[in-house]
Amino acid sequence: MLNTNEIRKDFPILSREVNGKKLIYLDNAATSQKPIQVIDAISDYYKRYNANVHRGIHTLSEEATTAYEETRELITDFIKADDSKEIIFTANATAAINLVAFSWGKANIKKGDEIVLSPMEHHSNLVPWQMLAKETGAKLLFLELTEDGQIDMESAKEWIGPHTKLVAITQMSNVFGTINPIAEIAKLAHARGALLLVDGAQGVPHIPTSVHELQCDFLAFSMHKMLGPTGVGVLWAKREILEAMPPFMGGGDMISSVKLTSFTANELPWKFEAGTPNIADVIASGAAITYLNKIGMQAVREHEIELSKYALSLFAETSKNGMGDDLVLYGPLDASKRGGVFSFNLGDIHPHDIGQILSDQGVAIRAGHHCCQPLMNELGVPGTARASFYIYNTKEEVDMLFTALKEAKKVLGHVSIR
Amino acid sequence: MSLSDELYRETILDHYHHPRNRGVIEKPSTLVEGVNPLCGDELTLYLQVEDSKIKDIKLTAKGCSINTASGSMMTDAVLGQSIAEAQKIIDSFKHMMLESREKDVSLPENMEELEALQGVKKYPVRIKCAILPWNTLTQAIKNVSANNSEKSTKVEMS
Ligand SMILES: Cc1ncc(COP(=O)(O)O)c(C=O)c1O
Repeated sequence: MLNTNEIRKDFPILSREVNGKKLIYLDNAATSQKPIQVIDAISDYYKRYNANVHRGIHTLSEEATTAYEETRELITDFIKADDSKEIIFTANATAAINLVAFSWGKANIKKGDEIVLSPMEHHSNLVPWQMLAKETGAKLLFLELTEDGQIDMESAKEWIGPHTKLVAITQMSNVFGTINPIAEIAKLAHARGALLLVDGAQGVPHIPTSVHELQCDFLAFSMHKMLGPTGVGVLWAKREILEAMPPFMGGGDMISSVKLTSFTANELPWKFEAGTPNIADVIASGAAITYLNKIGMQAVREHEIELSKYALSLFAETSKNGMGDDLVLYGPLDASKRGGVFSFNLGDIHPHDIGQILSDQGVAIRAGHHCCQPLMNELGVPGTARASFYIYNTKEEVDMLFTALKEAKKVLGHVSIR
Repeated sequence: MSLSDELYRETILDHYHHPRNRGVIEKPSTLVEGVNPLCGDELTLYLQVEDSKIKDIKLTAKGCSINTASGSMMTDAVLGQSIAEAQKIIDSFKHMMLESREKDVSLPENMEELEALQGVKKYPVRIKCAILPWNTLTQAIKNVSANNSEKSTKVEMS
């Protein structure tokens, strides 16, 4: 396990109280908390060297540009990419996926082509493809899931076919916690000449990630789920692909020269970064990466496997001794196949009620459809409650989760037939 | 008092655990479905009106505690009332929930129980859960008043 005592000292928010109780933050899949190093990096930029990037011939602008581009280098190494020109900054993972859908997608997807997705995709890796399919006449196909929320690889072999142009799959499910066999899916896609986009919004923050090991063509993720500030997303793609893609948004920074009726696009990566970027938050994202590097992503993963094993044992024990069949956990039961994201339901109790009672005890979880409405329909529930872990969470906090759950069951259990 | 106690105070829990007027009416004057897509609350309201009076009202619902309790209390409050009186009760309730967010409001004596739902005002995301049954009833009354031959509509909270 990580030294959470030391780590927690870096996160000022973790010492606050909620409703008179110590905050237990278990909503990391929605967004992580930020260490003081990240918070300081933002104010340091505004206090000392606030200036626009890539423009001014003055010291502040040079310092800002250097710091901004340093984050790009850090991210390049973090995901083991070859070239920092392959790293595009966007507003979030959603914007990164939309960039692919509307630049690469419009240039490459035609009527009759197939885009293969999974039913566990977040709306942000579903709706852009629905929009593209509507516009181009392409078809969306969905892989099948096993009982315990894993992709059925037999269906992948079947559905990824001669008309498949793109496969878009999440690295890790934000509902089940499932870690998907991306490299295997990549092989199937590439054998058919299709490209693979990986939604890394949940995976990259929690699993050591190498674009070479994933063998993907696009990777999208958000810095706010990995200790960074909101407002920064990353799109990585292979250089040849990015070079062939038309620009998505036009404006300043993305051009090398402009005439009244035409322009020449800038080189990568700026070709896709139109307008003044989110300088402060990109710089602070560098501090987040540095923080994660100091801990080491392998250690992050091991910490979460430990917490997950512990949570899985408590889920099993609690349903045996406390809640009977009422406590239903979704997703794989093997900690090596999943991340620290636990979706569950408690009998007939609405997830919002669970969330409320837990919040009253200081425990912050997410309750609802988690931007996965089609998946909730498939599970036949209006939503789930979801607890998700990160580097600062402890076994004691997992204990508190279950204490709070027992309280919820006490207050709200035994609902008469409705 | 902890927030838990306040939000889930006894009245609400009692109605949640033992919802009143549960069920269906075989041949209602009108039937309306209400849904709150954001949280998945769903209910079906059956209304029987005779001589401008609510002769019978029944609900089947699948939702959270607030939604269930609010619907249950609503049926209690309007059963046997004239349409005009029921409309007044709806208006007072919605005023309490939506227009005076800041302070507590006291309701007329026959509606006192509904004051228990004021605790919900502190949780803006859940106000809709409390309101859904009432909007559904409003639609049902509209159907009856308009002598709507279709007699089946749907209310969706946005
Ligand atoms: C799997 C997955 N994909 C995409 C996203 C979207 O991330 P963002 O809202 O930062 O664009 C999320 C965030 O909730 C997610 O969990």
